[in-house]
Amino acid sequence: MGKVVLVTGVARQLGGRFVRRIQRDPDVGRVIGVDAVEPEHSLGGAEFLKADIRHPAIARVLAGTNVDTVVHMDINGTPLGGRGSRATVKETNVIGTMQLLGACQKAPNVKRLVVKSSTSVYGSAPRDPAVFTETTPPKSLPSGGFAKDAVEVEGYVRGFARRRPDVAVCVLRFANILGACADSPLAEYFSLPVLPTVLGYDPRLQFVHEDDAIEALCLASGKPRRGTLNSGTFNIAGDGALLLSQCSRRLGRPTLPLFLPTVTWAGTALRSVGVTDFSPEQIRMLTHGRVVQTTQMRETLGFHPKYTTAESFAEFARSRGPGLLPPEVLARTVDRLAAVLPARSGPTQ
Amino acid sequence: MADAKVIPFGEEPRSRRKTKRPGRGGRRTPLAPVPEPRRQDGRDQAAGGPQGAPGESLEQRIAGGLRFLRRRLTGEYEVDDFGYDEELTDQVLMSVLRPLYEKYFRVEVKGIENIPADGGALIVANHSGTLPLDGLMLQVAVHDHHPAGRHLRLLAADLVFVLPVINELARKAGHTLACAEDAQRLLERGEVVGVMPEGFKGIGKPFADRYKLQRFGRGGFVSTALRAGVPIVPCSIVGAEEIYPKIGDAKTLARVLGFPYFPLTPTFPWLGPLGLVPLPTKWTIQFGEPIPTDGYPAEAADDPMLMFNLTDQVRETIQHTLYKLLVQRRSVFF
Repeated sequence: MGKVVLVTGVARQLGGRFVRRIQRDPDVGRVIGVDAVEPEHSLGGAEFLKADIRHPAIARVLAGTNVDTVVHMDINGTPLGGRGSRATVKETNVIGTMQLLGACQKAPNVKRLVVKSSTSVYGSAPRDPAVFTETTPPKSLPSGGFAKDAVEVEGYVRGFARRRPDVAVCVLRFANILGACADSPLAEYFSLPVLPTVLGYDPRLQFVHEDDAIEALCLASGKPRRGTLNSGTFNIAGDGALLLSQCSRRLGRPTLPLFLPTVTWAGTALRSVGVTDFSPEQIRMLTHGRVVQTTQMRETLGFHPKYTTAESFAEFARSRGPGLLPPEVLARTVDRLAAVLPARSGPTQ
Repeated sequence: MADAKVIPFGEEPRSRRKTKRPGRGGRRTPLAPVPEPRRQDGRDQAAGGPQGAPGESLEQRIAGGLRFLRRRLTGEYEVDDFGYDEELTDQVLMSVLRPLYEKYFRVEVKGIENIPADGGALIVANHSGTLPLDGLMLQVAVHDHHPAGRHLRLLAADLVFVLPVINELARKAGHTLACAEDAQRLLERGEVVGVMPEGFKGIGKPFADRYKLQRFGRGGFVSTALRAGVPIVPCSIVGAEEIYPKIGDAKTLARVLGFPYFPLTPTFPWLGPLGLVPLPTKWTIQFGEPIPTDGYPAEAADDPMLMFNLTDQVRETIQHTLYKLLVQRRSVFF
């Protein structure tokens, strides 16, 4: 009899992919996907239970199915498929987590809890150290939006870990997840034809590839491998960092630098008419940037991502198609210029 | 302009200065050819840059420049976790600062060999000059003169990372926030880290207090160096004090703008932007003997007495070297 895994938030692409992946795990006997809406994609052989984690009904699901591993992925920055408002998202994030954790507390079979969090819990401020470790206290706590939800969710998870010391709790703080089907606000931002940036700031960004995110979640939801420990809080990010200017050049999308007050004002205006859900904390991230340390991920969790930050971004750029100024065209132009010049200016060395 | 009040030291009488000069000149010649092969290495690594060795033909330089342009336009360059863009720093930022360093301030570097050729080191320098030009010149000095081609990673005040444009350039030039976490990370990676523990107290002190070292913060730099087990290299910079003689401070204006001070110099703000031109003083940067820290036990970093003693030792060394250099100095401008 294998493990019984309950996964929340399976109507999202990432949740769906995770459910399909975890079924291939030999230790897993049964996978139950939970979400408030029917997923549009296939969940493989997993069972789907239409349940809203904001309601106490989730406790009955847990009690009735002998779940021993809970993977909580229903913590998101944006509403699914453009429906619903920010308030609903916040409620699902915070109240949903509270209900789910309450249900877990009453379910004696639960032995493992994995929570998908985000590195946005660190916030972004000029007075923060350049690289965050899992223990860095943020100088300025996120004031609202998804980041604040994530901070609150992590607080509840810590409380749960105190009350149920027999449950292995693993919080994975993911850097910005990018991939072919990622539907994060950042992916949306990088799909704009011209990227508005904040004048005079060039943030450092870090990405993690979807495949790596799935693998990290799988690793955290199984038994720890020899010599590793998969309970605790871990930053999950690809190696290295990219500057926003570098990202825009690699994507081939020109930037439009704007004054910071203009950006904040425009963001508020666009949000209020519902065009985009670009929150102030996201603007802060695109102003000051954020890089996390991943030593714990490698040494304690024993997870080695397949993609570096640059490779994740390259994969993403390939899936998005060329922008207005594709880097290949620019490179060709420079090469042509080099050929026109009288010198034999090919690669001489 | 009169020199600052200096206390001549017995061990270095004025009479010895003259005998020392040729010696120093002699010591400089073997150092001079060193940067050249290094630049060659740098070009091999970077596969060509806009700034070639003197022997290079114009065509090759254009080709190198185009390769550089191609990499920059397509974003195919590397930055580290701190946002340090080595290529941009080497090829552009240093080239911009070099005329200021060589022609304007005519910086003379002494004791560069005190910076270890590999492994981490913490350079502790005095801070002065109203605007932090001394940090930038220190960076050029290490970059251009160190035989092993080391890159200095400066720790900067948080104000630097709040200001637009400045924060972007600072990050790209390899500077980072002066906090224990960042310093430790860099030192553990084996970088040469530069710190000016006097901070705003040092850089914004009035002209009358020139070459008087201010308090060295809380001595956090010593415990960071101890934890990382890297040597501390004291560094004295002479000449930066006189570039903007700060004779007054518009405190209200500073508070309104959010700056720690708003300097009033004989030329600024009376002459407008012209007042921003620094006085062409002659600089000397002297690196002192490294103070090893690897002999202490692991818990030494938490011993406040030892911290104070080491901080004082570093401070005294820098202050004494400053006095010595001032005694040797012929004039502020030559």
